[in-house]
Amino acid sequence: MVSAHEIHKSFGSNEVLKGITLEVKRGEVMCLIGPSGSGKSTFLRCINHLEKIDAGRLSVDGVIIGYREQHGKLYELKPSEAAKQRSGIGMVFQKFNLFPHMTALDNVISGMVRVQKIDKDTATKEGKALLERVGLADKADHYPAHLSGGQQQRVAIARSLAMKPKLMLFDEPTSALDPELVGEVLDVMKGLAQSGMTMVVVTHEMGFAREVADSLVFMDNGVVVEAGDPTDVLGNPQHERTKGFLSKVI
Amino acid sequence: MAQSTKTAIKAVPLRHPLRWAAALYLVLVAAAFIVDASHRSAYDWKSFNKYIFDARVFKAAGVTLSLTVIAMFFAILLGIALAVMRRSPNPVFRNVSWIFIWIFRGTPVYVQLVFWGLLSTIYHSFFIGIPDIHFGHVYLGLHFAISQTASLYWLAIIGLSLNEAAYMAEIVRAGLLSVDNGQEEAAKSLGMSWWTTMRFIVIPQAMRIIIPPTGNEIVSMLKTTSLVTAVPLVTDLYARTRNISDEIYNPIPLLMVACAWYLFFTTILMFAQYFIEKRFARGHSPMIGVQS
Repeated sequence: MVSAHEIHKSFGSNEVLKGITLEVKRGEVMCLIGPSGSGKSTFLRCINHLEKIDAGRLSVDGVIIGYREQHGKLYELKPSEAAKQRSGIGMVFQKFNLFPHMTALDNVISGMVRVQKIDKDTATKEGKALLERVGLADKADHYPAHLSGGQQQRVAIARSLAMKPKLMLFDEPTSALDPELVGEVLDVMKGLAQSGMTMVVVTHEMGFAREVADSLVFMDNGVVVEAGDPTDVLGNPQHERTKGFLSKVI
Repeated sequence: MAQSTKTAIKAVPLRHPLRWAAALYLVLVAAAFIVDASHRSAYDWKSFNKYIFDARVFKAAGVTLSLTVIAMFFAILLGIALAVMRRSPNPVFRNVSWIFIWIFRGTPVYVQLVFWGLLSTIYHSFFIGIPDIHFGHVYLGLHFAISQTASLYWLAIIGLSLNEAAYMAEIVRAGLLSVDNGQEEAAKSLGMSWWTTMRFIVIPQAMRIIIPPTGNEIVSMLKTTSLVTAVPLVTDLYARTRNISDEIYNPIPLLMVACAWYLFFTTILMFAQYFIEKRFARGHSPMIGVQS
């Protein structure tokens, strides 16, 4: 589903990604862990072209992200084409980024109505079903400011799912939450994983990674240090840096 | 089991004798001023009463109001366009917007109005199209003549709205900047285009920040219309009342008439602003007891 080959990315003179190569299979749940500044969030943002990569090759479902290849040459995509690519990739942010001037339901259907141009009645019906799926059927008319962090994040997940994405990206989805609210969000993500969604999750929740992830990638300083089965990586890390990191977070 | 008992606090409230004294003093001063003014011949209240609802004054007040509303309408539209252009990924838009604001905010509105009045002296016609391409006498574009009697009313509106648009652009820009960057990213990740993001996500949120200073600009515009005499348009409230005062050789009662009308309009505007602000505060008002 996601195929990344030798991805490089710099912000000014600061090289954040120094050649990331990894593969996410259809239906796989991959967790990215690592210290802050290791480049994991940046890599995630490259996958849906919120950041442009400087070098390497990145494709989702066999389609190159951000460019079109013709006769062995790459052409930059028009904004409308790039937007279309993004609409097939869901993204959940650390700070939820719900639209504060819209109710929970309007947030969920915003993509359906404004991007897919689905009529409002159909979208509303689907939106309500999605809110029910994340356990918030009764909060449809609430504005984000009147929801808890955990509820907001579940609305944000429903909003992404509304676009029927083939891939979901989670950028530290529980890092901004009060500890007692983390569980409800992880439960929704677990359910999503069980339904067969392909997911790439940047997280600090080692329990979630161990239980739900099919593969675990430890990144540090812009490179993949260690990758493999979560139980192996967490239980028996091979590299010193992985050991050092895990000894501090577990 | 312990019974909790609630004893309401009974205390003598703090007294504020100086506040009372100051208020009383000011009321007395104001009363003295009013009593004096009601007898002072220079105010000529008879003329005030005669002209406050005079048909000419009434009509002039309408002109002032329509100048304000129409000029503000175009200024707001153009201001939003300029502000959005300044944030556009397109460098042509960004620079056009910057230059427009630079010129129209950088020169006095009075001087601009004089220029608009001289438009037909400076240019005799204008042309939209590609000037140097023509087939015989047929040019690629549209030709407009500017008549010597071009409507002063519309020249005044053009002058007022272009000047105001430059200020509105800065107000709208501040509003757009106030919207968190994550909003744009979230919209982008849903596949929304840049314009859809602006129209449905960024601008509605910016409105909350834009409206209070815009209300201020409308009030300010109402009074700036008194400068249209520079064009020269003489049908507005200020010019008309000055004109009438020449008839009765006393400017004071007519100035009072003009002030009364200006004040009446700004009062209405202040109420309107209150209700519009409430409308755009959606999702921001605190709601107690729903947090769970």
